[in-house]
Amino acid sequence: MPFLIFAFAFLILPTLNIIIGSFQDATGAFTLENISQLSQPIVLSAYLTSIELSLVTAVAGGLFGFLIAYAIVLGGLPRWLQSAVITFSGVASNFAGVPLAFAFISTLGRLGLVSVLLKSVFGIDIYQAGFSLYNFLGLSLTYIYFQIPLMILIITPALEGLRSEWREAAENLGATPLVYWQRVALPILLPNLLATMVLLFGNAFGAYATAYALTGGTINLVTILIGNQITGDVLNNPGLGNSLSLGMIVIMALSIGGYTLLGQRTSRWIK
Amino acid sequence: MLKKRASGSAWSWLWFALGAAYFIIPLYATVDFSLRAKRGELSLLAYANVLKDPRFGETFLFSAEMSLLTIVTGIILIVPTAYWIHIRLPKLRPVMEFITLLPFVVPAVVLVFGLIRIYSHPPFMLVSSPALLVAAYLVLALPYLYRSVDTGLRSIDIRSLTEAAQSLGATWPTIIIRVILPNLRASILSGAFVTFAIVMGEFTMASLLVWPAFGPYMDLLSSSKIYEPSALAVISFALTWGTTAAIQLLSRRIPGQAPMAGLK
Repeated sequence: MPFLIFAFAFLILPTLNIIIGSFQDATGAFTLENISQLSQPIVLSAYLTSIELSLVTAVAGGLFGFLIAYAIVLGGLPRWLQSAVITFSGVASNFAGVPLAFAFISTLGRLGLVSVLLKSVFGIDIYQAGFSLYNFLGLSLTYIYFQIPLMILIITPALEGLRSEWREAAENLGATPLVYWQRVALPILLPNLLATMVLLFGNAFGAYATAYALTGGTINLVTILIGNQITGDVLNNPGLGNSLSLGMIVIMALSIGGYTLLGQRTSRWIK
Repeated sequence: MLKKRASGSAWSWLWFALGAAYFIIPLYATVDFSLRAKRGELSLLAYANVLKDPRFGETFLFSAEMSLLTIVTGIILIVPTAYWIHIRLPKLRPVMEFITLLPFVVPAVVLVFGLIRIYSHPPFMLVSSPALLVAAYLVLALPYLYRSVDTGLRSIDIRSLTEAAQSLGATWPTIIIRVILPNLRASILSGAFVTFAIVMGEFTMASLLVWPAFGPYMDLLSSSKIYEPSALAVISFALTWGTTAAIQLLSRRIPGQAPMAGLK
């Protein structure tokens, strides 16, 4: 089948090539040299920054997204607002890469709307105060823009699946809303919440375009390092490129695998 | 009880308002910024400059062409395969699930690295050919395109359609082209729009394979201009908005359509 040939040639073969290449030296002999190169300070710090960035934006974006989803599903907001938020989330989860970077430069860059407003109205110069859009904090704020909508899109069906009978049953047994959440709703939702956050983690971990467009490649992330390997800007070492990529694949596989496993736990209760 | 509902609703409004502010302010700021090219007044100068730049048209057309090629190749590869799996080889379904999940596991940057490794030396010198770019785009779009065709196939009774066509003497190609394809119009179109949106905004693959596409052009412009990039961002956002609206309209006709995730 042509489709399987295509998938093999352009998806499976490159992946296998990276995995095998990670354990080969320039002559093709087996080596662990590439893997041990991952312990270089610059590489370790890239992995650490990537993981931190993904963790922070997954948790912060996930919680904020959950609160918004909760507000529109169970919070008593008008029905039309819910479908408006869902539609907008569909668009915003795709609003990434270069245009997203521009949007945040127009907002929180040195000449950005909010930066200028804070300076002229409140006399607060956020850049003087140490803020920068082009470092970890700025990048986190930008990433959250595509993390929240993804959370809303995935968690809304789960929230809608919470049956009102469960709440009524709990209330009849004397549960306060807090107890209902602690004992009933949260245990049901928790696997799903965690699963989605794990997915958000992977979503941020693999991101390249947004970080590159915003920082011009100056922030030390794994994706940026791999990109630099390709363009040959720094330490052009194919073996290291392979092991860097392998590290990403392993982390992404763990996160997607975790998402799938956790998702199965919730589906026992919520279809 | 009533009071509790009201206070719950106040919290909801608060979270909603915070979210709305976070999402709307950057959009507003981008539009505002894009109108400030002329000192002291609001003007469309930045947009005029963008449209005047010949590279805008060139890169836009290039990306549009690539997305068209990706869509056509995708339909040719995916529709018969998905159909065949539905009707003859349901056992292969887990394999397909795995293949369509793989693009999420292998980030674009990693995939392009692997592709360059393989296709930059004989016997397959593809790095300088647009075929490799189309193939890479198709991998990115694969999960969305496949899922949308798959849900489309689920929603029609392909077995009866196939048997009816066969009893009238139709051959396999005829069945796929004249019976299955027309019945899948809505889901194929929705998959095509997703692919279009992905390819038009794509930066990673195009930039690392060194193609003059729309994404890299947007990035290039930001290093030399101040207001024009914002105008481009607005144009690109309008494009995404338009395609998403089209997808939403279409997916109302296909029950159970999955939302599309991002292209980071």
